[in-house]
Amino acid sequence: MTSLPPTPPPRRLGLVIDLDTCVGCQACVVSCKQWNTGGHPAPLSDVEPYGREPSGAWLNRVHGYEVAPAGGGCGQTVYFPKSCLHCENAACVTVCPTGASYKRAADGIVLVDEAKCIGCGLCAWACPYGARELDPVEGVMKKCTLCIDRIYNETLPEEEREPACVASCPARARHFGDLADPASPAARLVAARGGFDLMPELGYRPTNKYLPPRPRRQGDEDPPRALPDVAGPGGLWGWVDRLLGG
Amino acid sequence: MAEPVLDLSRPTADEVKTTTCYMCACRCGIRVHLSDGRLRYIEGNRRHPVNRGVLCAKGSAGIMQQLAPSRLRAPLLRTGPRGSGEFRRISWDEALAIATDWLRSIRATDPRRLAFFTGRDQSQALTGFWAAQFGTPNYAAHGGFCSVNMAAAGLYTLGGSFWEFGEPDWERTRYLLLVGVAEDHDSNPIKRGLAELKARGAKIVSVNPVRTGYSAIADEWLPIRPGTDGLLILALIHELLRAGRIDASYLQRWTNAGWLVVDAPGEASDGLIARDAEGRPLVRDRARGIVVPFASGDAALHGRTTLPDGRHARPVLELVAERYLDAAYSPDAVAERTGLPAATIRRLAVEIAAAAFTDPPVLEQPWTDWTGQRHARVEGRPVAIHAMRGVAAHANGFQTCRALHLLQLLLGAVDVPGAWRFKLPHPKPIPPAPKPAGKAVQMAPGRPLAGMPLGYPTGPEDLLVDPDGTPRRLDKAFSWDAPLAVHGMLHTVIRNAVRGDPYPIDTLFLYMTNMAWNSAMSTAETIDLLTATDPTTGAYRIPRIIYSDAFHSEMVAYADLVLPDTTYLERWDCISLLDRPIGSPDAIQDAIRQPVLAPDRDVRPFQDVLIDLGHRLGLPAFTAADGGPRFPGGYPDYLQHHERRPGIGPLAGWRGAAGDKIGKGEPNPAQLERYRANGCFFSAPLAPEQRWMKHVNRDYLKLAAQIGLIDDAAPIVLQLYSEPLQRFRLAARGHGAVRPPASHRARIERFFDPLPFWYRPFDQELSGDAYPLHALTQRPMAMYHSWGGHNAWLRQLHAANRLHVHRATAARLGLADDDWVWIVGRLGRVRARIRLVEGVHPDTVWTWNAIGRRRGTAGLSGDAPEATEGFLLNHLIDDRLPATDGAEFANADPITGQAAWFDLLVRLEKAEARGPSPDWAPLPAPPGAAPPPRVLRHGAPARGGEFP
Repeated sequence: MTSLPPTPPPRRLGLVIDLDTCVGCQACVVSCKQWNTGGHPAPLSDVEPYGREPSGAWLNRVHGYEVAPAGGGCGQTVYFPKSCLHCENAACVTVCPTGASYKRAADGIVLVDEAKCIGCGLCAWACPYGARELDPVEGVMKKCTLCIDRIYNETLPEEEREPACVASCPARARHFGDLADPASPAARLVAARGGFDLMPELGYRPTNKYLPPRPRRQGDEDPPRALPDVAGPGGLWGWVDRLLGG
Repeated sequence: MAEPVLDLSRPTADEVKTTTCYMCACRCGIRVHLSDGRLRYIEGNRRHPVNRGVLCAKGSAGIMQQLAPSRLRAPLLRTGPRGSGEFRRISWDEALAIATDWLRSIRATDPRRLAFFTGRDQSQALTGFWAAQFGTPNYAAHGGFCSVNMAAAGLYTLGGSFWEFGEPDWERTRYLLLVGVAEDHDSNPIKRGLAELKARGAKIVSVNPVRTGYSAIADEWLPIRPGTDGLLILALIHELLRAGRIDASYLQRWTNAGWLVVDAPGEASDGLIARDAEGRPLVRDRARGIVVPFASGDAALHGRTTLPDGRHARPVLELVAERYLDAAYSPDAVAERTGLPAATIRRLAVEIAAAAFTDPPVLEQPWTDWTGQRHARVEGRPVAIHAMRGVAAHANGFQTCRALHLLQLLLGAVDVPGAWRFKLPHPKPIPPAPKPAGKAVQMAPGRPLAGMPLGYPTGPEDLLVDPDGTPRRLDKAFSWDAPLAVHGMLHTVIRNAVRGDPYPIDTLFLYMTNMAWNSAMSTAETIDLLTATDPTTGAYRIPRIIYSDAFHSEMVAYADLVLPDTTYLERWDCISLLDRPIGSPDAIQDAIRQPVLAPDRDVRPFQDVLIDLGHRLGLPAFTAADGGPRFPGGYPDYLQHHERRPGIGPLAGWRGAAGDKIGKGEPNPAQLERYRANGCFFSAPLAPEQRWMKHVNRDYLKLAAQIGLIDDAAPIVLQLYSEPLQRFRLAARGHGAVRPPASHRARIERFFDPLPFWYRPFDQELSGDAYPLHALTQRPMAMYHSWGGHNAWLRQLHAANRLHVHRATAARLGLADDDWVWIVGRLGRVRARIRLVEGVHPDTVWTWNAIGRRRGTAGLSGDAPEATEGFLLNHLIDDRLPATDGAEFANADPITGQAAWFDLLVRLEKAEARGPSPDWAPLPAPPGAAPPPRVLRHGAPARGGEFP
């Protein structure tokens, strides 16, 4: 089995995902596939790409759900982007029999050392979030790297050193930062918007945070509101003439 | 255990090239990273004004478009029967010689016998010009089935439109009403804008029968019954008028609200605008009580007036108030039809009025109006509207869209802070000046058309009809069937050509439009029509079909000659101010595509081919004085050197020999180089005093005239009341020299109402109670019509479309999730699999558009889910209406001819069998196509591996 870093990493790099603005467009899904199929975990293979059951390794997927709030209220359609949450207590690491899965001591990013991965799939079973995918051709486990070869890439201009999914998101629903630093913009967003952990009761302490969708309106107030009839003499035209003055 | 040492600073590419995306019509700037000459990565260009760095799923999947096995590889000549998909590979020399031979004889005898129609074509400034040079009026792109209702209603009301000729002031709006907007134009800017509004706490209301995408994140979702949006909008207008919550000053000064409408029932001038001898509209001056020409002065907005010639007239706004204050437009009267509670409609009116008039933003930005009066500031009306296909694709869409613009005008919410704003080159005159060409006197064998095929009629005399009323265009655009069909009617071309109605043709020339599948209505019948023969001769009714496409779409099998196009990454292109540019409210902008890869197949950019054909045919604009090609360098040569008018060409940036002129200036041979150096776009900001109230802003209008966006700096007065519509109506009443035939009179009289009104769409009316469910399609955000069907990544997101049905509706019908059903319409039935949802109007079912494919196309295996589980709703959408009183009309808006594909009504029946129905024979892959790979390992070289 594999050990987590002996002390919590000084930085906790992760994503803050805004469920209030995600329109489910899949931009992050495909930009992730695109970057990473030629990046650190290259390739992300596809099987039967033009056939009966096209499938492949993706590090980020978006699912749509219809939600009916407990206790009534307005139903909503919510789009839920899902990728590795880079947990503090990453069971996918501790369960790994070969040391292939590991959590970086410096920034908390969970990675796979493919040279050691035997494709046993234990980590995928251990992950409660379903965030790991076995590459169907390479036979090794693939997962979100937070685009580690972008965020530390000194050949890229500073402004581009962010994960591909964050750079591409048209609705600005994805934010990247150090969640261990309460002053970071990402952490402040979490504080301001009530960001939450997925399934905190399981105790994995995920780094990534989700911002809740704001409640939607349903129905009308009691008593109902309506514009008053135009006031003053002359009805509409009296009012228009007063508006125009003279 | 030590962590592995990672090399995290590998360069991403050997080379990065900028260009413009074309995975949909949005025109985002991209940066293409190339490694060893191969595509490594495509990202949004952070400097680009359209997307500012973001990129959607389609754009990020460009690599798989470039690698798709369905790419055509060489010119093809049909060898088997049409539709068999049997071809032989030919050389370009042979292909061009055949095309030239076919087209030359047509041009020499009757140029109308060439019908040239394109799809989602971003080179319309070239393709339309080529058609005009050839001499045929039978040209249009796909606008007739896309959103011409939106474009036309806007251009006849505001001189701009929703969609790409205008946009919400995302920075300042406080209330955004989205009406019938799914994943429509323009995709990334809307997403960026919605996020910006949410961050500011602005309210977003989505009127849409389906709760997905933008509607899912809206603060309020209003599931309206399809086709009734006009009633909702007119009820909001009723409420605002009842309460006097209108911007009287804006209306008086910048719109035709005060213009006097002649009230002379039975006379030829009834309902026209009263004008003086110089043609200037007349108003009654409030203070002096006399009739004077309109300026921005003190026009009365109500009160009957006697004109100097003794006729009576009333101001437009009085007619508006009289119409919409009627109880027929009250929230109570429309609630049942729209499916929205009256209380909700009343509350919306309260919210809109509050957002518009309570403490509106004021910009301390001085500007000067067209009369020379200086204004110290611009007052905002922070209510913006964006509407799209949910409004446009109904047979009442033109008038519904006019209603939306009327609402904007009553609020004074046009081109002011927080409102909808014009994107350049708009505003244009209302309507824009060019008229459609194609009258008998405008054409002759061997000669160019005297004008452009598409334009903007302002009265019956501008129609393209013979003296007996027979349409002069094959598609019947600009005839009494659809007088304002300003984008043409692609959806009528094939049936009309087969019937020889109004006349037969020789050659149908199509570019990137999948008319044998998702770009057609009544698809099954259209496929039959493409292969219809004359029983006596056995000859095809459409004798020749030439088709250009980059991919193996369903249409390829129905062509006689196939001209393979390149992908968007392999060619030059121009996003021109003469066509559909990358407009902005604050800057003059256009863009180009440049080739970032060389084609690895025997294919050519269609634009190059068209220019080459133009020279081979001797078209004057494409032939030099010595008989050689005018543009030997092909499309890039044309882009730099073609002048439409002196000094005005396809690109506005870096004109003039020194590259220092904007808009107007002599050709610059280094122009494309300047675009490339600037990320493949041009953007010149307007001065701050030119940015607002552009329709009446003297400094803006002067600039626009100077750089050729408009012909002169005359003010553009916004039109609540549409006089051109009244001119058609008067013709129906027997006035004027050009009058509709008896079969069309009642139709013109009814629908050409100069004020917006609502009527039930024809197909809905016809279908009756046997078909209780509205059936809609929408485009998924990750797929652009059928363009993504051959894309290995995008098809993993959408490979088999379901029919989405409300849970309660399904329960009532005894249907369960995953069931197979028959979708039955008056035209036939299609088998589909259902998915139960709650976020839909209970009387509406919907599916993703163009996911279903015909077997054997798009480079997919015959058992691909697109063909075995996916389906196409188009089979059920009629392209015409049953004949009544001897006249048969397209299933379309009676004003613009917009295809009414959102008017479909169906019922559902449980199907015992599964699988596709109708199901056609599979189409074979074109000759030379390599078998699709079983595995993709794109990017493997990054780790020292190899491409499989």
